[in-house]
Amino acid sequence: MADVNQQMIPVSGWDGGVFPYSIGHKKLGMWLFLLSDSMTFSALLIGYSYVRVANVNWPKPFHLWPSIAMATLMTLILLSSSLTMVMGVAASRRGDHSATIRYMLLTMLGGVGFIVLHTNEWMGLIREGVRLWENPWGVPLFGATFFALTGLHMLHVASGVIYLGVIASGVRSQRFGPEHVEITGLYWHFVDLVWMFIFPMLYLLSARQ
Amino acid sequence: MSHENAHDGPGNRLLVSVWVYLLILTAIEVFLAYLQVFRTEVMLLILMILSVIKAGLIIAYFMHLRFEKLSLILSIIPAGMLVIALLFAFFPDSYRVLELRP
Repeated sequence: MADVNQQMIPVSGWDGGVFPYSIGHKKLGMWLFLLSDSMTFSALLIGYSYVRVANVNWPKPFHLWPSIAMATLMTLILLSSSLTMVMGVAASRRGDHSATIRYMLLTMLGGVGFIVLHTNEWMGLIREGVRLWENPWGVPLFGATFFALTGLHMLHVASGVIYLGVIASGVRSQRFGPEHVEITGLYWHFVDLVWMFIFPMLYLLSARQ
Repeated sequence: MSHENAHDGPGNRLLVSVWVYLLILTAIEVFLAYLQVFRTEVMLLILMILSVIKAGLIIAYFMHLRFEKLSLILSIIPAGMLVIALLFAFFPDSYRVLELRP
């Protein structure tokens, strides 16, 4: 990426020129989007903490087996899909199209696996009687905060899988280059990063004692 | 990964070791949840410290920010931290709600 940018940046005395950040406008745009998205998620997480503090006896319904174990497996899948994504970015930088597409497909597989496991988790909770406005364990807000936070995260994972698919097909037809793959990677790692906060705050702090 | 683009970003071995560190930190978190020896408040503090370390590893290495220009890092990280800190301005209210409850 750096050599591409160096070709585009005019020589200038202040090491910035017309590219003060030395990155393309698409990548800067993704960073700014991720900054705003992190505000959305932190607002939701802080809102959840707020109602949790304001309600005594917040439910702690998650058993070690299967809920916590499944959520740990989902974390493992998401972290591993992040690893395959960086491998894909490295492959695309080397100009290895088939390896790029293979790694991106593996990443998508991880995303789909996450969605399947999480949907299963949701169905289990709904069968137990958890709704947005009520649940069998007390404080009714539990369901609303849980489904809103994990639902928005799952929406991000699902759109990430679609995004990866679009970019992978573009790499295949050579419409999209390494920069596109790298920007997709930024989004995917951000989704992973958000889960690193949702998993301890929603699952581990609600583990049954 | 070849030496010519070593300055351009992390090599594969480094990325795999970051992944291993992330897994170890996750394992510590789950193990603490299994032990259940801390009060919820203490547990929250420990989990948040571990999660912030994990987030830092992801941002620095996977999202490549450590290898970008300093101006980009200084534009993004303090802005995000400031806004998240401002969200906490409402937080003391939650204790008041608790006391107002009959």
